[in-house]
Amino acid sequence: MTLVGEGLLEALRLLLTGDREVWRITLLSLQVSGSATLLSLLAGIPLGILLALARFPGRGLTISLVNTGMGLPPVVVGLFVTIFLWRNGVFGALEILYTPAAMVLAQFVIAAPIVTGLTLAAVQQVPEQFRLQMLGLGASRVQMVGMLLREARLPMLAAVMAGFGGVISEVGASMMVGGNIKNSTRVLTTATVLETSKGNFDVAIALSVILLIITFLVNWALTWIQQRARS
Amino acid sequence: MIARVLVALAVLLGGTQAMGAQSTSVILSTTTSTQDSGLLDVLVPLFEAKSGYTLKTLSVGTGQALALAAKGEADVALVHAPALEKKYVAEGTLLNRRLVMYNDFVIIGPAEDPAKIKGLSAVEAMKRIAASRSRFVSRGDKSGTNILELALWKDAGVEPRGAWYIESGQGMGQTLGIANDRGAYTLTDRATYLAFSKRVDLAILVERDRPLLNIYSVMEVNPANGPRINAAGGKAFADFLLSPETQGVIRTFGVAKYGQPLFVPIAGKREEDVGQP
Repeated sequence: MTLVGEGLLEALRLLLTGDREVWRITLLSLQVSGSATLLSLLAGIPLGILLALARFPGRGLTISLVNTGMGLPPVVVGLFVTIFLWRNGVFGALEILYTPAAMVLAQFVIAAPIVTGLTLAAVQQVPEQFRLQMLGLGASRVQMVGMLLREARLPMLAAVMAGFGGVISEVGASMMVGGNIKNSTRVLTTATVLETSKGNFDVAIALSVILLIITFLVNWALTWIQQRARS
Repeated sequence: MIARVLVALAVLLGGTQAMGAQSTSVILSTTTSTQDSGLLDVLVPLFEAKSGYTLKTLSVGTGQALALAAKGEADVALVHAPALEKKYVAEGTLLNRRLVMYNDFVIIGPAEDPAKIKGLSAVEAMKRIAASRSRFVSRGDKSGTNILELALWKDAGVEPRGAWYIESGQGMGQTLGIANDRGAYTLTDRATYLAFSKRVDLAILVERDRPLLNIYSVMEVNPANGPRINAAGGKAFADFLLSPETQGVIRTFGVAKYGQPLFVPIAGKREEDVGQP
C-alpha cells in the first residue's frame, strides 16, 4: 500500500511542479486521442445515420461488421496499421509510421466503429412515427435528419464518451504504431508500461492517476453537457 | 457547431502533422535494455544536437530489432546477440558491424540456492538447475537475453521443458518480478538487475564467466533492403556511438545512480579481447 501512497504523492508532485516531460506526454495523449475521436465523429455519425435510415442490400451485414468493430482489439488494429505503414507496406510512401499521425489513424480505426454503432442505436431509438410526422408536416429530408439529430443528441454524447474513452485508454495500438518514442510518440499509457518495465512503479502510478483524472474530467464535462441539455 | 469542430480538427491535425515530418529522421532499432537502463535518454539528445538528425528509437527484443532492420524498417541497429548479428552480416542485410560497449549477464536466484549453483560456471549452473528441476524464468521472447539463455541450455545439453521452466514472454523488468515472486532462478543483464535491486530479493549466484559477457554492437542497414532507408543517417549514428566523446559518456553512465558504471565502452576492440584485463 505504501507503494500506492508514494505513487499518489509522486503524481501530485509531477503535476504541481509542472514536470515538462509529463506535461508533454499528457498533452500528446489528449491531442492524439482528441483528433482520433473528432475524425471518428466526422465519419461515424453520417455512417451511423445512413445505416439507421437507409435501406439497401448488405445493410444487415454492414451493421454486423460495425458491431463487431466496436470490440476490435487494439493490438490487432495496431498490427495491421503497422504492416500497412511499413516502409515496405502499401502506404509506406506516406512515411508516417512511428509518428503521432499514425497513432491518430490507428485510434480512428478503433473509435470509428464505436461511434458509428452508438449513433446507429441513438437514431434508431427515436420513434419511427416522429420521422413520419416530420415528413408529414412538410419537412425536407435534410430538415428531418436535422431534427432527428436534435432528438438523438443525448445518446450521441454517449458515443463521444465511449469513443474517446476507448482510445485514450488503449495501449496496444499506440505502442505498435507509435513506438513509444520519447518526446515524439510517448503517451500516458505507453509511458506507464515503460516506467513499469523500468521498475519506476511510483512514476507509473503517477501517470495512471493523471490518465484517470483526464478521463474523469472529459467524461464529467460531457456528462454535464448531456444532463444540462436534458433539464 | 460543425465549423467549430472543423477548426478544432485543423488545429489538432496541424499539430500532429508538424510532428510527423521526418525527412531528416533516422530510425534506430534497439533492445529494451538500452532504453530501460536510461542510456538512450542521455545519448539521443547528444546525437540530435550534434548531427541535426531526429532519431526515432524502437526498443524491442533483439530478435525483432534485427528482423526490422533486415526488412529495411530501420536505418541502424544497436543490439546484443553476436551469433545472430553475424548471421545477418553474412547475409549482407546488415553492414559494418562494430562493437560499442559491453556489460555482463548474471544468474540470480533465491539466496538459499536450492540447486547449489553459487560460484559455478554458467553452463554448469544451468545443468544443476535443470537436474534439480528448480524453477527458472525465461524471457521466451527472442531477446538478446533469451538467445543467450537458449545457447547456455544447449551447451549444458539440456532441453528446457517442464513445469519448472516458466516462459514470461515479457521484458527483463517484468521477468525479474515474476522470478522474484516465484522464488525462481533467471538470467538477467546486470544493468536491469541493479535498477530493480530495490524490489527484487534474488541474489547474484553466478557471474564473471566468459559466456556471460553481454556485447553490444552497432550495424548499419543495407540500403538495398527496402525503399526509403536513410543510410547516411544510420552511419552518422553508428559513427557517433564510436566517437571518443560518446564512449566517454558511456564510461561514466550510471555511476551517479548505482555507484558503478552500467556499460564498458569498447570501440575499436576485437571481440576476443573484450573482458580481458
